[in-house]
Order: sequence, then C-alpha cells, then structure tokens
Amino acid sequence: MEMENQELTLSRQFEKVNAILEKHDRNESHLISILQEIQADYRYLPEEILTYVATALGVSPAYVYGVATFYAQFSLKPKGKHMIRVCDGTACHVKGSINVLKTVKEQLGLKENEETTPDLLFTVETVACIGACALAPAMMIDEEVYGMLNEEKTREIIEGLIEENKGGMVHAIQD
Amino acid sequence: MPFKTKEELENHIQELKREPVTAQILVCGGLGCLAKGADAVYKRFQELIEKNQLSATVKKTADNHQPSLKETGCMGLCEAGPLVRIEPKGILYLRVKPEDVDRIVEETLKNNQVVDDLVYQEETNQEIRKWPLMKDVPFYRKQMKIVLRNCGSIDPEKLDDYLAHDGYLAFAKVVTTMSPDDVIGEILKSGLRGRGGGGFPTGRKWQFARLSKSERKFIVCNGDEGDPGAFMDRSVMEGDPHTVIEGMAIAGYAFGAQEGYIYVRAEYPLAVKRLKKAITDARKAGLIGKNLFGTSFSFDLTIKEGAGAFVCGEETALLASIEGKRGMPNPRPPFPANKGLWGYPTVINNVETLANVPYIILKGADWFRSFGTVTSPGTKTFALSGKIRNTGLAEVPMGISLRELIFDVGGGIQNNRKFKAVQIGGPSGGCLTEQHLDLTVDYDSLCAAGAIMGSGGLVTMDEDTCIVELARYFLNFTQNESCGKCVPCREGTKHMLNILQKIVDGRANGEDLDLLIETAEVVRDASLCGLGKTAPNPVLTTLRYFKDEYLDHVYNHVCVAHVCNAMKEYRIDPEKCRACGKCARVCPVKCISGRPKVPYIIDQEACIKCGSCFEACPFDAVLVEWRSKNHES
Repeated sequence: MEMENQELTLSRQFEKVNAILEKHDRNESHLISILQEIQADYRYLPEEILTYVATALGVSPAYVYGVATFYAQFSLKPKGKHMIRVCDGTACHVKGSINVLKTVKEQLGLKENEETTPDLLFTVETVACIGACALAPAMMIDEEVYGMLNEEKTREIIEGLIEENKGGMVHAIQD
Repeated sequence: MPFKTKEELENHIQELKREPVTAQILVCGGLGCLAKGADAVYKRFQELIEKNQLSATVKKTADNHQPSLKETGCMGLCEAGPLVRIEPKGILYLRVKPEDVDRIVEETLKNNQVVDDLVYQEETNQEIRKWPLMKDVPFYRKQMKIVLRNCGSIDPEKLDDYLAHDGYLAFAKVVTTMSPDDVIGEILKSGLRGRGGGGFPTGRKWQFARLSKSERKFIVCNGDEGDPGAFMDRSVMEGDPHTVIEGMAIAGYAFGAQEGYIYVRAEYPLAVKRLKKAITDARKAGLIGKNLFGTSFSFDLTIKEGAGAFVCGEETALLASIEGKRGMPNPRPPFPANKGLWGYPTVINNVETLANVPYIILKGADWFRSFGTVTSPGTKTFALSGKIRNTGLAEVPMGISLRELIFDVGGGIQNNRKFKAVQIGGPSGGCLTEQHLDLTVDYDSLCAAGAIMGSGGLVTMDEDTCIVELARYFLNFTQNESCGKCVPCREGTKHMLNILQKIVDGRANGEDLDLLIETAEVVRDASLCGLGKTAPNPVLTTLRYFKDEYLDHVYNHVCVAHVCNAMKEYRIDPEKCRACGKCARVCPVKCISGRPKVPYIIDQEACIKCGSCFEACPFDAVLVEWRSKNHES
C-alpha cells in the first residue's frame, strides 16, 4: 500500500515536471528557469527529478547536478514552507545582523548548524544582501521585508509567525 | 496605440502633458517606505479622497492618463519614510502615518497650508530650520538626478506616466533620424563610462560590437546587483523600468542587436515583476517588437532571473548563466563584443549605464558633459547605508568630495558619533579613512587610493566597527562566492580567510600578517576574473590604512571597537561570588574551578569566551572586560 502511494506521488511529480519541461520546449539553455520552477513547486530539487530533467533535455545528470549545486538558490534538501532570509549584507552586518540570526534561530529552536525546523515549516538562511540596506538590519520572510530589527522586534515577528502557523503542518501537507 | 510613427508618439506625449493637474499626491512605494507602512498611507489617501469628494481637485484626473494619487518608486530618503510628496508645489512630508493623512488632505489639499510637523527639520547652531520643499532639504540640495530622474516621480507600472516624461522619445529619435554611427558617436562624445564598477567607456564597447560582423547580436542588461550594501540598480528597475528598456533598445539599434536579455537577481522579485509588466506594455504600444516606428528595425527582450551567485555579475559568468550553465567566468579575449552569448557578439551594460542613455540622446552629449569631471562625466548613484544619518539613495555629480557626500548629503554619522571609515565598492572595493574625505568621487581618484567606484554601495562606519572583523567579513563573502574555477581565487581566498579568522580569534602571530599580504598579492595578480582580482582589496586597503588595528589584534589581543569576542576577558568578582558553582557546571571547557566558600576562578588560557558563565551567574559576579592596550597579563 505504501509503495503504491509512493509511486503515485512520483508519477504525479513527473507530470508537473513534464508540464514545466514542455513550457520551456525542453530547451537546455532554460535549465535554470526549469529548475527554479520545479523548486517553486516542490520547495527543493529531489534527486530523481534532476535525473529525469537530464534525460529529458538530453544532457548528463552530472551537468544538471552541476548547475543545481552551483547556485545558492537551489537546494537538494527539503526546505520549510516559509523561508526566513536574514540579510547579512555589509550594512546589515555592521548593524548587528548576527544577533538577528541568533534570535531567529533561538525562537525556532534551531541549533547553529541547522536551517530547517523538523516540521518543515520554517527554513532560516542568511543572504548576502536583499538590497534593503537603508533598513538595516533586515530580513525577508517569504516575500515580505522587515527592517530596522532589534532583538525584541525580531522576537515579536517570529512569535507572530509561529502563532500564524499553529497547526499549519496539516495544512502544508494538504497543499 | 500601438504607435506606428514617431509623430504619433509625440502627439500622444503632447496630449498627456496638456492635461491639467491641480494636485498630485505621490506616495513613495520604494522598499524602505513600504517596509515602514507606506501601503497603509496610500490606502488612507484613497479612502479620504473618495469620502471627502475631492473629486473636483484630485479624483477627476485620477481616471485619466495621469493619476493624481500614485505610488512611485524610491524617492531616496529611506531613513525618513514613508515619504509623501505633494506636487506641483513640491512639498515633502516625512515619516507619514496613516493618521497624518487626514491633516494633509485637510490642510494642504483643501486649504493650501503646509503641515508643519511633518516637514524636514534641520538643526544648526541651536536653531531649528524647517524645509517644507523637497528641493531645499539638505539631503537633496547637492543631488543631480539623471539616472533617477523619474524614480520617485512616476508610477512605475504605468507606461503613460513614463511617456508623459518624454519616455521613448529618445528611442524614436534614434530609430527615425540617426544612423547607428551617429548614436555611438554621441555616446562616445558624452564620455559615459560603465557604471557597474569597471568604468569602461560605453561608446567604445558598442563600437567593438558594431564592428563585429554577425547575423545575430545581443544586448544584455546586467541587473545582477550582488554587492552587499548596494541597491541602486534595484531602485531603478523597480522605480523606472521603462528607462532600462529604452536604454537597451537604443543600444541595440546602435550596434545592431535585435534581441536583449535583462538578467535580474533572484532576490529582487519586485524588480522582475515590474520589468515584466513594462515589457508587456511596451510591446503592446509598439515601442518594442517588429518594425519599430515604421522602420526595418526590430527589437525584443527577455528577462532572465538569476539563481543566487555573486560571480554572475562578472560578464562572462553572466553569459554562461543566461545559457543555462554554471555561472563560471571565461578568460578574455575573446571579449563578449566579439564572441558572447552562444558565440554571437554581445554587449553587457549595467542598469545604471543604460538608464543614462535615453537622457544623453535627448539632451545631447554636451549637456551631459556639463556635469561631473573631464574624465568621469555625468552623475553616479550611491546607496548610503551603515552608520550614516540619512540612509537612502542619492545621485550626485561625479567629482563631489567624499566629505560632501557623507556629511552634506548623508547628514553625517548617526547619534553624533565619530566617523571612522567608509567602504566603497563592496567586497571588491576598499576602506577609506578620514584622510581621504576630501578625495573627489570619480573613477580615477578612487582607484588611486586603492578603492574602486564599484557599483555605488557606500557603507559608512563609526568607532563601533572593527576594521579587521570587517575585512574578515568581506573575505568570508568572496570566499563563499568564489566559483572554484581558478586556483589563486579558490585556494588563496580560503587561506586569507583562515588567517583573518586567526587574527580575529587572537591566535595569529606576526608571520601570519606577512603571509596574509603575500597571499593577497598573489590572489590579486593571478586570478582569472574580477572577483578574485579584487577580493584582496578590502584586506589590502585596511592593512594600509588601519595597520595599528591589525597589530593590536595580533600582539596585544585588543579590539578597540569591542567587537571581536576573543579580545574579551571574563573574570569573577571575588566580592560578589557566593561559590555556588553554577558557572563551573555550565562551562563547556571546564575552565572554571573552585570549591565551597572560596570564590571561583576562570582560567584565562583555556577560556573560549562563550559567555555561558556570565549568563548563568545568579549574583552578577561574572564580569566582562575588554582588553585595552595597557592591560597587564
């Protein structure tokens, strides 16, 4: 029964991938866009899909894997439903972005080397610069920018986010 | 629409300009203001306009081409957002909250009065001066807007708003009345240099590509603004996307490219959205597409989103990324102007460079040359950030001094603290000091001081910034972003980072400093692309201008800025210690010892400065002390 389910999911996954591949005419030079769209759907790039994409585009799996691991945006590990990107650009750095990152991780119960919460709700990353230098230190939660952070403000924002997502995992699975 | 001839476009623009505008409310929709609640301010204006039936003055034109309430791109003074401007008077209101909107409508729109407490206040010699007009505000006084001419004045999502500011007139002019050589000639004469940092003459680049014979050519706009601390290109793409498109179309006409790519960073979703809309609108209006303005010239554009790699700002790496490959640079020659995208001649210009082009065509090269210096004509946009008072976006004539830029435009250092250093050009640039404040801002003089113009990030620092830690930060960045293709950059930056980490951790000795300099020089001289060649700049300039701080870290274990944790000392105050033993239990390296009734002691040699004991002590007996130069032990 479990096997069947898994196969069903896989074929369904490939259906989506096929649609994305078709949209790009199976054009090798669109590889980055293809991977971006796949990741937008699955929140990461599953290995079997990378191999599938390679076959479909007529390139080696190593080539696709090479591109997927080159760019910071791509992840081969599942990411959380919500992305929290703490900016560590120069302006944010000199204004204490490291403390913001520390606070976010503390609030979510993540250790220093962990990025994603076990319930797959949140992923925390640092980014080089989100271009919100005038609001330093800043972070982005999904597409929303929060600026002029301090410990207290960061804590409030993350608490609010956790509150909003209570029982959210059931919801996330259903999506 | 679509415009079939230049005359049709001109007539439409005339019509747009004829529309009477009684009052325009511009709400800044730049990232800074949005994050501070500009949306709520905009909505409140909308509500009040409807409720108050200001239709006679405001709402009437809102349905026409020129909306009277609009959300614009970045106005620049992000620090004081949300910003609201009332035109045509030019009144600028700062830090506007939704509840202030009622007063603005009542007093300014109905009764022609300025709302006093929302305008800029300048404190000089115990006197407070108020500046209600935007042009008088100190931040704007020394600015000159060419690139940002429309940014903050137009609604970036409305083509007509761009057209009303002579949009696409320059493109119509070149296509119908100028030969490609005329266009290149004009740009050459203007002396426009690449604003992405390198400063290569734009006209020369176009000329090379024009001389390359090929059936296909490409123009690429580099919007991969990866420098941490820079957001100028973002503001242009978000605030005035049509300028970028028009600049690219003119470039395409000049050297014979009919296809263009705009490469935008993945971190800029709003820029992507606005550019996409602008391209669709321009296509519908016949401003890009086939046989433009009744000529045989066709031009169209595609947006490519980056996927997060700093090295893709390097032109050959950027091309590889557009082709769907790993974004690794290639040796030049062949230059992209000869062999670029898929082997066809390609010109890569920066967003800001292209935004200059339409205005140069409209106003002429001589006009452009009247700003800036002889070797660096025109203006430059800067993203002011760090410990500066007026954080935001500014455009100043080249040749302005750093002092004017930081203290007059930028308003000086926050909280009246002391200026320490300014970092120009991001991770490829250098740190300059007090002694450089009278340097003029242009390509050549910055280069001579060891910094670079870069794309325009300007991060100001006060005494609380540790220069050594900052150098480590930049190296950490470039090391992470090194693509790994060439050895000097891949291995060299790694070693440099290790040494810097040792210095910051207080584990370095004198030999490490020499090795750091030597490695830096090798990386600079032997790397393949700009990323590696410039990566040592932050280290070399700080070593040159802040040698003492390095020496303090290495020999005295002192961090004057009180940033580097290893330069701290934790001690137990014997008076306060009750010998409870909590500190010893939490210490991860077991360096605290003691026994009942005797104050505990921290072994300084073994302490890793984690601060656990400090947090655990219920009696505040653990003290943190920063080592100073005349510290014993």
